[in-house]
Amino acid sequence: MQKYSGFGLFKHSLNHHEDWQRAWRNPTPKKKYDVIIVGGGGHGLATAYYLAKQFGVTNVAVIEKGYLGGGNTARNTTIVRSNYLWDEAAHLYEHAMKLWEGLSQDLNYNVMFSQRGVLNLGHTLQDMRDIERRVNANRLNGVDGEVLDPKQIKEIVPHMDCSENTRYPIMGASWQPRGGVARHDAVAWGFARGADMHGVDLIQQTEVTDLIIEDGTITGVKTNRYGEIKADRVGCVVAGNSGVLAKMAGFELPLESHPLQALVSEPIKPILDTVVMSNHVHGYVSQSDKGDLVIGAGIDGYNGYGQRGSFPTIEHTVQAIVELFPIFSRVRMNRQWGGIVDTCPDACPIISETPVKNLFFNCGWGTGGFKATPGSGNVFAASLAKGEMHELAKPFSMFRFHNGALIDEHGAAGVAH
Amino acid sequence: MFHIYCPHCGEYREEEEFHAKGQAHIARPLDPEACSDKEWGEYLFFRKNPRGLHHELWVHAAGCRKFFNVTRDTQTYEIKEVYKIGEQPSFVTEE
Ligand SMILES: Cc1cc2nc3c(=O)[nH]c(=O)nc-3n(C[C@H](O)[C@H](O)[C@H](O)COP(=O)(O)OP(=O)(O)OC[C@H]3O[C@@H](n4cnc5c(N)ncnc54)[C@H](O)[C@@H]3O)c2cc1C
Ligand SMILES: [Zn+2]
Repeated sequence: MQKYSGFGLFKHSLNHHEDWQRAWRNPTPKKKYDVIIVGGGGHGLATAYYLAKQFGVTNVAVIEKGYLGGGNTARNTTIVRSNYLWDEAAHLYEHAMKLWEGLSQDLNYNVMFSQRGVLNLGHTLQDMRDIERRVNANRLNGVDGEVLDPKQIKEIVPHMDCSENTRYPIMGASWQPRGGVARHDAVAWGFARGADMHGVDLIQQTEVTDLIIEDGTITGVKTNRYGEIKADRVGCVVAGNSGVLAKMAGFELPLESHPLQALVSEPIKPILDTVVMSNHVHGYVSQSDKGDLVIGAGIDGYNGYGQRGSFPTIEHTVQAIVELFPIFSRVRMNRQWGGIVDTCPDACPIISETPVKNLFFNCGWGTGGFKATPGSGNVFAASLAKGEMHELAKPFSMFRFHNGALIDEHGAAGVAH
Repeated sequence: MFHIYCPHCGEYREEEEFHAKGQAHIARPLDPEACSDKEWGEYLFFRKNPRGLHHELWVHAAGCRKFFNVTRDTQTYEIKEVYKIGEQPSFVTEE
């Protein structure tokens, strides 16, 4: 496999970039694998990568019904942070953050991870109490964080209206300097290339239509293109379609699917070099390297599989953004889209064994799973390699909804992103 | 944008006046103490999530503030019927 480097770029420029190797193969699946991963989004591909690279399990296939990274991975607003309230969640997201920090080097692929900092604004006394509590909890868990007052915020984001003359004046914020954004497609492609390099078969345009279960143990999957493919272990990482796969396996998951929308403006000159989020007025914005403002809305309150999202929701978000940044009021919006997010009752994911032996699920990331991509893949790979859940994954068992050990992250999950 | 008929007000109103409250017809267990952890967990947290017809509870939050039921397609978003609490739907869902 070709290694990417500055020198390579120069060399290939000499013949007009026409002889680059393909980033991954397009193989026909074998009859049997040690591990099959269903779903080729960021999380599935990261799982495959770490399985092969770190845990030496290379007889692995990823089966994706569309193209790689075409699900929510391609639809998200790419915010990365780890300032979650509870220990279990903070440990998991911080594990991901540490992997992000070395990811481009590790993958030899520029995922454009940019630690430009994330501000979570507070507009009420209660917001500020919650922010102080969360920042203190973060620090105890080794996660960076500070509480800022409006003057300090103004220094970081001079264009934001931090005055007292707004409907919901900004009273302060939490600030995680190590947070930021990454390039979503590059993350999927980098993991895909890395997995392929270590021998993983990436099978695209192939849908898993059934799970083969004998005596309570999974033995393989049925596909629409290649019939049955056997496997010792199967990991499902299919986000919004998890309920459908669980039904094939004969159990239910406490997930509900909602549309979540985002929109981007036309590209403009650099104006915002950090990420601003507000739970209270509900909106968030950052600026991509291309120059467009990336704005995220909330989920629609009702269940839905229509990949569009409702108008009142987007209107509400734009109101919030214009209130925070009056200077953006005449920026033209270019595109708007929606993704279907699989939300869990406690706003935390499910990374879990299931009632079926050797079948594992990684889902329920809802509105905020992009930031966890490397960490989620890493702990899920460890679990699939050993057949036993990784320490960081254990609290996220699907059985927590029966024994009551929920991890309520509605506060820190906050704005839907 | 939905136009939803509130059976209490007897009028169509815009989506923004309403809140979706999730799955309809969830019966509280008659004897909660007798439930196993699994049964109680399922009552609290497990909801139907069909791609298709769904019976759901809505509230006319910025109107009469009363609750009612809706049968809606979660794929096409078509509202098939609206009916009062205590009434039975005429559309059958898959599950
Ligand atoms: C508008 C929006 C904004 C967001 N913003 C943020 C953000 O700022 N920060 C953040 O951290 N998160 C954000 N998220 C959430 C984030 O996008 C997701 O949590 C994350 O991308 C999920 O990754 P995944 O790999 O699990 O899922 P996906 O990328 O959806 O991958 C699942 C894959 O499974 C495949 N699949 C499904 N069924 C089958 C089958 N039967 N057979 C084979 N393949 C199948 C699908 O085709 C899909 O490619 C946002 C989401 C949306 C919609
Ligand atoms: Zn009414």
